[in-house]
Amino acid sequence: MAGRIRVRASLKGDMCEVKALMRHPMETGMRKDPQGNQIPAHFITEVVAKVGDRVVMQAHWGAAVSQNPFLGFEFSGAKAGDEVAISYVDNKGETGAGSAKIK
Amino acid sequence: MSKLHNKKGIVLGIASLCAALLAPMAIAQDDVFAEYRAMMGDENPAIFTIEEGQDLWETPMGPNNVSLEQCDLGLGPGVVDGALAQLPRYFEDAKAVQDVEARLIYCMETLQGRDAIDVLVKPYSQTGDQGTELEALVAFIADSSMDAVVDVPQGHPEEQKMYKKGEEIFYYRAGPHDFSCATCHSQTDKRIRLQALPNLTTNEGAGMAFTSWPAYRISEGLLRTMGWRMQSCGRQQRLPQFQSGSDAVIALQMFMGVNAKGAVMAAPGLKR
Repeated sequence: MAGRIRVRASLKGDMCEVKALMRHPMETGMRKDPQGNQIPAHFITEVVAKVGDRVVMQAHWGAAVSQNPFLGFEFSGAKAGDEVAISYVDNKGETGAGSAKIK
Repeated sequence: MSKLHNKKGIVLGIASLCAALLAPMAIAQDDVFAEYRAMMGDENPAIFTIEEGQDLWETPMGPNNVSLEQCDLGLGPGVVDGALAQLPRYFEDAKAVQDVEARLIYCMETLQGRDAIDVLVKPYSQTGDQGTELEALVAFIADSSMDAVVDVPQGHPEEQKMYKKGEEIFYYRAGPHDFSCATCHSQTDKRIRLQALPNLTTNEGAGMAFTSWPAYRISEGLLRTMGWRMQSCGRQQRLPQFQSGSDAVIALQMFMGVNAKGAVMAAPGLKR
């Protein structure tokens, strides 16, 4: 059940602190299941955070990031009530998204 | 004094160097995880499992096409809040002492008309899984029981019998390593590698253990239940595999739960 991102965003002075928790298996492609079969790679390749049309953070990820990744970052130029929207794309082309209003 | 000091200077130097290296290591375990938890703040990936569990709880399933919402977890049909703090307990309808996993399976069979084997064939996640139905349901019930005070009942003779049985299993040495649960869990302030081992014979130790499961295991990226913890302990003892909801697992939880009386539920938490 991939696809969900929980987002929290709060103002700390003039910076906005964002915390995001994503539901994703982040399989490296190197692991085997108990029967010995290779588990296919399945991981997030790109994460984008936007406020309106403005991209405030963009990240390229790989297999080294943990399951259910937790992402934290700060950016400037935000005000309370703005909506931070975070989305990802993984190596299978599946997407996930979540958003929150800045408190 | 100074002579002694000079003579022993190098030795002392090495010793204190070792101490300096070892001391932070021993503490590091707690610090690193305290730091990790602080960084995560209120976020715990268990939240996803809890939400999935709530969906599963409310979704009609099985031949009878009903949800589990009318399942009696001991506090009346449909009452989830605080239920985990009072399990295992004796159920009149099942004529048995059941823990949360056994009770859920009982409800799936009786309410939903499902075959328990579908769940029992794989109660817990394996490598590459994202969680099972049972794990999700337990997570939801645990979350609803957060902050409840542990009060595992001992009023019924069957419950008292179960406690006695649990105590017996706890001290029973078996397997190729002649291990019992008590080997690891009957002394205070011991650890295995860097993990602190709770003393399950004391109120404090049993409380810490009982209230902290189910938990999200960072090292596995999965939510694990108390039943899994028991199975895993059994595996480490090289015992035959404990089955989810079996009497042995229920008895051990009864022993731990009664010893933990008065502790406050804090699951699902974050663990190593």
